[in-house]
Amino acid sequence: MTRMLGSDAILRCLEAEGVEVMFGIPGGAILPTYDAIARGTTVRHILCRHEQGAGHMAEGYARASGRPGVAIATSGPGATNLVTAIADAWMDSTPLVCVTGQVKSSLIGTDAFQEIDITGITMPIVKHSWLVQSVEELPAVMKAAFHIAQTGRQGPVLIDIAKDVQEAELDFSYPDKVDLPGWKPPSKVNARQVREAAKAILEAERPIVYAGGGVLNGDATRELLTLVESAHLPSVVTLMGKSCLPDSHPLNYGMPGMHGSKYGNWALNKADLVISVGARFDDRVTGKLSAFAPGAKVIHFDIDAAEVGKIRHAEIPVVGPLKLALAQLTDEVRALRESQPPKHEAWLRQLDEWRAQYPYRYNHSDTVIKPQAVVETLRDLTAGRDDVIWTTGVGQHQMWAMQYLVCDRPRTFITSGGLGTMGYGIPAAIGAKAARPDATVICIDGDGCFQMTCQELATAALEGLPIVTVVVNNGWLGMVRQWQELFYAERFAQTHLTHQVPDYAGLAEAYGCAGFVAETPGELEGVLAEAINCGRSAVVDARCDPNESCYPMVPAGAASVDTIEAPLEVPN
Amino acid sequence: MSEHTISVSLENKPGALARVSQLFSRRGYNIQSLAVGPTESRDISRLTLRVDCSEHSLEQIEKQIHKLVNVLRVAELRPDEAVERELELITVAAGPEHRADLIALSQVAGATVADIGREAITFEMVGRPEQLEAFEELVRPYGVRELVRTGRIGVRRPSSARRGQAATSPV
Repeated sequence: MTRMLGSDAILRCLEAEGVEVMFGIPGGAILPTYDAIARGTTVRHILCRHEQGAGHMAEGYARASGRPGVAIATSGPGATNLVTAIADAWMDSTPLVCVTGQVKSSLIGTDAFQEIDITGITMPIVKHSWLVQSVEELPAVMKAAFHIAQTGRQGPVLIDIAKDVQEAELDFSYPDKVDLPGWKPPSKVNARQVREAAKAILEAERPIVYAGGGVLNGDATRELLTLVESAHLPSVVTLMGKSCLPDSHPLNYGMPGMHGSKYGNWALNKADLVISVGARFDDRVTGKLSAFAPGAKVIHFDIDAAEVGKIRHAEIPVVGPLKLALAQLTDEVRALRESQPPKHEAWLRQLDEWRAQYPYRYNHSDTVIKPQAVVETLRDLTAGRDDVIWTTGVGQHQMWAMQYLVCDRPRTFITSGGLGTMGYGIPAAIGAKAARPDATVICIDGDGCFQMTCQELATAALEGLPIVTVVVNNGWLGMVRQWQELFYAERFAQTHLTHQVPDYAGLAEAYGCAGFVAETPGELEGVLAEAINCGRSAVVDARCDPNESCYPMVPAGAASVDTIEAPLEVPN
Repeated sequence: MSEHTISVSLENKPGALARVSQLFSRRGYNIQSLAVGPTESRDISRLTLRVDCSEHSLEQIEKQIHKLVNVLRVAELRPDEAVERELELITVAAGPEHRADLIALSQVAGATVADIGREAITFEMVGRPEQLEAFEELVRPYGVRELVRTGRIGVRRPSSARRGQAATSPV
């Protein structure tokens, strides 16, 4: 027991949890805690330029490291600026601990200056939240918050701490255990269900593994690879799952869904057994639900019982930690295989045929930079390197990044999937760099996305967290434009941003970063290489073809076997 | 859509009720009645709520409630397996000429007089929801001035076959 202030206790709790970095901005109601930071802590504080940036940085940190990200902000607008990041973490199951200051207890409920009911505002998008009004409960709340963020299905939590609580004294000791009688995430799996799953796999003629972000969150990438290889199971991997199974693995048939490959969608939809692992049958994957994998039986592995049967009935539900479940499944499958040969050899040949027949494709150009060429060039420039982490914004560039990047190591592709948060890329990249200082972190961004969070380039420059941002600058809100082109008779309402304003390279310089421009296909590779190797934060303004659309595409509400392929001018 | 009664045991903490009710409102479902109060354990409240929603949604909502940190148990109370009761206070216009009739009616229905004034009588009645509704219909012709119901509360029948079954357990 040590007598100390609540503000110091907050930092001692973070230290006890092993937190290395926190991302935030000070303000009135959190000032006592920043004063405690001034008194000293082992936790590095990264000063952001906007709380949304702090939130996404904490998310990027969590995604790159597997540890919870910590964001800290003041009351009122500081807290509301965190809301988008909290929602993003909620949708993508990212462990995030948000600490916000609140006005003094005596002022709560009076509409005091910068008072907002942030626990109320965030109630639908957190796993749990606390309004701390007594300093004695602070250590137990902090302990519970970190525990809940990381256990079961991961996600965001919020701790709102009244200013007078930060200023009050307590006898501090950090609890060893949590006291949460209602929090019982599954820790085991039902062995009988796993055996049923193994039997179904051996009996299937057209099995497909459908792997999602849960594999990364559940730290089950090695177990997945072992399963896939030992049972020779073909797999598709979702956007959130990308990097959970090596992209270059021959049994990885890429991504299904709205902008997934035709062969990925066919693999999932023409299967007779879908083995869902930490995926949630998102509408962007399934397309028209009644036409989704119509002939398939479903095995659904998930840590969250509420995901099982939510969208698609699961004939064999298996709830529990994926790491454990997949290891047990592999044992069962191996045992069965000794007496029973697999029946899906013809299916694998079929899948290879489709993969050869329907690769991602686009019209190459010598005169204008194609956005796909930007991604392909980045991929080729970094080929063979195992120290590259990619982040993206949301839109066409994100889908091209997903299609053309090759990610063979876990946690190397960091993107906003469920919420689709434009502007996620830059702050997420900074957070990833803080988690993995030795890595080269490259954000593939859109011009629309860039303008939503580019103020954080100052954070990258000043905090010594160099990232490379490649703006796929097509001058438009490209994905919206694509929908207007396809579904709104080319009425391009309010989607034109222009290539010229802002001057991205000039803006980069203004923020203390290096600025580059690539205007022709001929100079693209050289400029990108220079930016990656310049040793500081860099922005590349890659002036791309404004007319390029992202294909293949499954229109919203269509069956996901009915992909629209890129119209080719010349076969390539 | 069909009506369901859901029983939730939850820690007696600020916000716990809002976290449960929010799972209905975000799906556009209206909670028809909700009763919450203390239980045999001081730290635990019991919430009984009645809602009109689809079977599939109910299953999803039950699972989501189960995940809430403050929630200890959640279960649907099926009509044939539960004892359900509700309390009603109903003020009926009753001048001297109707008093005797109304009091006679209330005795037959099982209601009692909670208060009596010159122009009106307040009855209290405890019963199954349909019994309360029947009494309301009986007195409606006299003029109902005010009516308030607690919302049903329920427990699983000790005699029920599913007795002792735990809350929604993970699949």
